[in-house]
Amino acid sequence: MYTTDLRTAEEKAKDAKLKVPTKEEGEEAFQARIDADEYIEPKDYMPDAYRKTLVRQMSQHAHSEIVGMLPEGGWVTRAPSLKRKIILTAKVQDEAGHGLYLYSAAETLGTSREEMLNQLHSGKAKYSTIFNYPTTSWADVCTIGWLVDGAAITNQIPLCRCSYGPYARAMIKVCKEESFHQRQGYDGLLEMMKGTDAQKRMVQDSFDRWFWPSLMMFGPPDSDSAHSSQNMAWKIKRFSNDELRQRFVDATIPQAEFLGIKLPEQVKWNEETKHYAFGELDWDEFWAVVKGDGACASNRMDARRKAIADGKWVREAATAYAEKQRAAVRAAE
Amino acid sequence: MSKTTDWDLYEVFVRSKRGLSHKHVGSVHAADGRMAIENARDLYTRRSEGESVWVIPAKQIIASDPAEGDALFGPAADKVYRHPTFYDIPDEVGKM
Repeated sequence: MYTTDLRTAEEKAKDAKLKVPTKEEGEEAFQARIDADEYIEPKDYMPDAYRKTLVRQMSQHAHSEIVGMLPEGGWVTRAPSLKRKIILTAKVQDEAGHGLYLYSAAETLGTSREEMLNQLHSGKAKYSTIFNYPTTSWADVCTIGWLVDGAAITNQIPLCRCSYGPYARAMIKVCKEESFHQRQGYDGLLEMMKGTDAQKRMVQDSFDRWFWPSLMMFGPPDSDSAHSSQNMAWKIKRFSNDELRQRFVDATIPQAEFLGIKLPEQVKWNEETKHYAFGELDWDEFWAVVKGDGACASNRMDARRKAIADGKWVREAATAYAEKQRAAVRAAE
Repeated sequence: MSKTTDWDLYEVFVRSKRGLSHKHVGSVHAADGRMAIENARDLYTRRSEGESVWVIPAKQIIASDPAEGDALFGPAADKVYRHPTFYDIPDEVGKM
């Protein structure tokens, strides 16, 4: 997920060593406030570890929104109709907006946007692994809307009640807009499923490639995610990775059936648990993609760096223009 | 690799419709006020959320200190007589 802890075991061990074991002054009052379901606001006292966790999670979330524009942006010129093109353009613009709401919220914790962006471009910061998979057909664009944005919504709805006020407020705005993203994707697939055999095959192929990675977006199984309990106590996280994953599967399978998609054989309704079972996921693949093995990993960062480099003259011109205007105002005074 | 340098931060306030006050929605970076207005328009009013936008350089905002919250706002809590519900008016008097 956009918010999954993507640090490798080594990185986690290193961060744990840096942690000060003593309780900070004010930490009890802080926890009491969270236990009472109060929000924490930017200038309030907060433990250092809470601040660091949020900066990491929120900036990674923002980076994921920004990088998420890249696979879709490549399809704007190849959209099958003008209608689909304007919808996709609006969606890509929303993703930029989501990234900016999140950077804006993360900045209230005292980390500059410049620093966050430089961490992304230098490869220090992570983003959701899902965007390192290639988008090879138009159906992929629709499937991303349905499954990837659908998984994002499942993860982000509980974040609307996250203990950090600016993050929670940003999430409320994001969730409202994500709903359009998911519906337009599903709508696109529905249309293709009414079309030719080739179009139907394209949808099936797309589902087969994206279904498992979308389930991995929720992060490692609960048995492997050691950091969840602290984040739960801080109410940064309210449900476990496995709970959210199951919620997403249960919502998605009937939608897939309605589309007429052939489901993987591991997916079975369990009458006892009243949930869909889906077997084991390939976590080796997940960690390989986190470490940069995804087909598009270097592409994505190259595109980002190129955009920053190509836009340099525009930023310089805007800065020079602003300075000139200010000088003119000063001279007139 | 080209690094980015931040422009000034502006806080953004949007009025959703006439008759209501402007409400804080977030912030944008911009080279100047005009660009801040344009960025705020693109970022916070893509779905008709507003008909008027204010931007204010973040460093110009003077805010109360949360650590002084009790001293500043606490005294209001024990002044219950400031509220109409403090007074028992007999039912016979009717709506007041």
